[in-house]
Amino acid sequence: MTHAPLFEHAPPGTPVPAVSLRDLTVAYRETPVLWDVDLDIPAGSLTAIIGPNGAGKSTLIKAALGLAPLAAGSVSIFGEPYKEQRDLVGYVPQRGSVDWDFPTNALDVVMMGTYGRLGWIRRPGKAQREVAMRSLEQLGMADFAHRQISQLSGGQQQRVFLARALAQDAELYVMDEPFVGVDATTERAIVDLLRELQARGKTVVCVHHDLESAPDYFDWLVLLNVRIIADGPFAATFTPENLSRTYGGRTHVLGRLDHEAVAREAQEIELRI
Amino acid sequence: MSSAVAVPLTGVLVASACALLGSFLILRRMAMMSDAISHAILPGLVAGYVLAQGPNLFAGFLGASLAAAVTVTAVEALKRTRRVDAGAAIGIVFPAMFALGTVLVTWRFSDIHLDADAILFGNIEFVAFDTFVFNGQDLGPQSVWVMSGLCLLNLLFIGIFYKELKLTTFDAGLAAALGFSPAIVHYALMLVLSITSVGAFSAVGAVLVVALVIVPAATAYLLTDRLAVMIPLSVVIGAVAALIGYRVAIAVDASIAGAMVSAVGVLFGLALLFSPSQGVVARAWQNRRNRAVIASQMLVVHLFNHEGAPDSEEESSVEHLSDGLRWSPARTDMAVAGASRRGWVVRANGHLELTEPGRETARLVLAR
Repeated sequence: MTHAPLFEHAPPGTPVPAVSLRDLTVAYRETPVLWDVDLDIPAGSLTAIIGPNGAGKSTLIKAALGLAPLAAGSVSIFGEPYKEQRDLVGYVPQRGSVDWDFPTNALDVVMMGTYGRLGWIRRPGKAQREVAMRSLEQLGMADFAHRQISQLSGGQQQRVFLARALAQDAELYVMDEPFVGVDATTERAIVDLLRELQARGKTVVCVHHDLESAPDYFDWLVLLNVRIIADGPFAATFTPENLSRTYGGRTHVLGRLDHEAVAREAQEIELRI
Repeated sequence: MSSAVAVPLTGVLVASACALLGSFLILRRMAMMSDAISHAILPGLVAGYVLAQGPNLFAGFLGASLAAAVTVTAVEALKRTRRVDAGAAIGIVFPAMFALGTVLVTWRFSDIHLDADAILFGNIEFVAFDTFVFNGQDLGPQSVWVMSGLCLLNLLFIGIFYKELKLTTFDAGLAAALGFSPAIVHYALMLVLSITSVGAFSAVGAVLVVALVIVPAATAYLLTDRLAVMIPLSVVIGAVAALIGYRVAIAVDASIAGAMVSAVGVLFGLALLFSPSQGVVARAWQNRRNRAVIASQMLVVHLFNHEGAPDSEEESSVEHLSDGLRWSPARTDMAVAGASRRGWVVRANGHLELTEPGRETARLVLAR
């Protein structure tokens, strides 16, 4: 298992966190789903947000992007409110959140990533088309640019979504379960992309489900279950104690400090919950 | 302008204005919202009539827009309670609004222009007589001016906000994250739809507006998989249906509005049956082909599995196949014919023998 050193690419001095949440409580219909979250995600990190179903992982990133109602607290992105930093944030929603029968092709979907910089009314042109094409190429999807999106496989659709985020040309990329239901080729493409984004000094925050692969892919960890259970450098945070507190307190089965065993146990626990 | 020109022209303009909005309503799964709005504007129209003390276009549009805004807001509020789903919310709000409108009309204004027939079925037959007079000059039928204005309005709306409409329709989450408020786009679309409905209402009546909005776009959706084609195609379909409907109605002396909507229904039916990509006929043909290919593949796999085995003589005899596979003789014949046409098997004195391409096919099928 390899872990990239932290902050390798972060600027010198005390860096501003990419995402900073203060006293954040999110409620849907008066019922809080995230309680009093305080969290800093360092710039330049590859961060996984991990927790059981219903822990509020998606809600956390939606709150960070101004898509969920804040009952209390505040969000800042690189030190400023999200509204002022929109252009710095690329967003990959869950693949299942859109209708893939929509009458359009892959290139057009990727071009949507450029709409934010264009603002209202201005139309995408040649420059936006080129950005979209390059983004598709980077994910090995150039041959599918003019393919109807309903005719793409699940993994290919996911790569289109990632290409769209790339076309946003952001500093921080926020992804909701990008690895769910994808084939091996796509999984590799996503991992390569994450590494490359980090090498270019970008920050990536992923909601992640798979405890086994997490140590290979990420270098910073947030364990979440309605509130923050633990956060910090991956290896130091990915402990049996923290995982068992996240997944429901079965400490007696989590005796070893072997990551894979911990991952297996925690996943079994999640299945039972 | 004579009725022979004014009526079909109005029909084409109404159908085009409506069809322009249909694509987005279908893709947003809000088709029934146009039915709701075309009914719910009635109390607004009546209120406009009362305030202006007579038929007044501006008062009508204003009242209708307000009534539509009330409807959309009420539907959204009902949905937010999560005690009723979207369909039920629409079903609760629009009959209430329409009922209010009918009560107002029959209570105070039973003698006026807004009679029940006109409300339900429109009065496109008489558009030529309602002319637009300015400075003592007759500028032609008012309906042609109004509907042209609506077409232009919708064209501009879709032309200017195409990107925003597309993004909020496809991925409202990303749209919101990028700063394009899906709520603003939603209400703008509803406003334009309600203004369009006023025009369509006076031509074809409350009941049939939804057909002119939704059916052309639904037809176009069967024929193309590109939004940029779907929108103009739905306008063409709506306009053609209006012309066909007019000719048929004149020929058989029937309701023009009814004939227009029937014509667009027929066009939809034709597309549903004969669309090259998604039509029922094309699908059935494709399924038949697939079944035939799979039958031939099953045959090849069967022969492959028994090849070299002690029972291969028996299993590969043409007579035995029907029995062993429990297939009808017709189906067996089809499978054998398909397999030999593809060069997978050859017949040799009552037996089928696999060829090398046939074995390769079997291996490929089994490896999958």
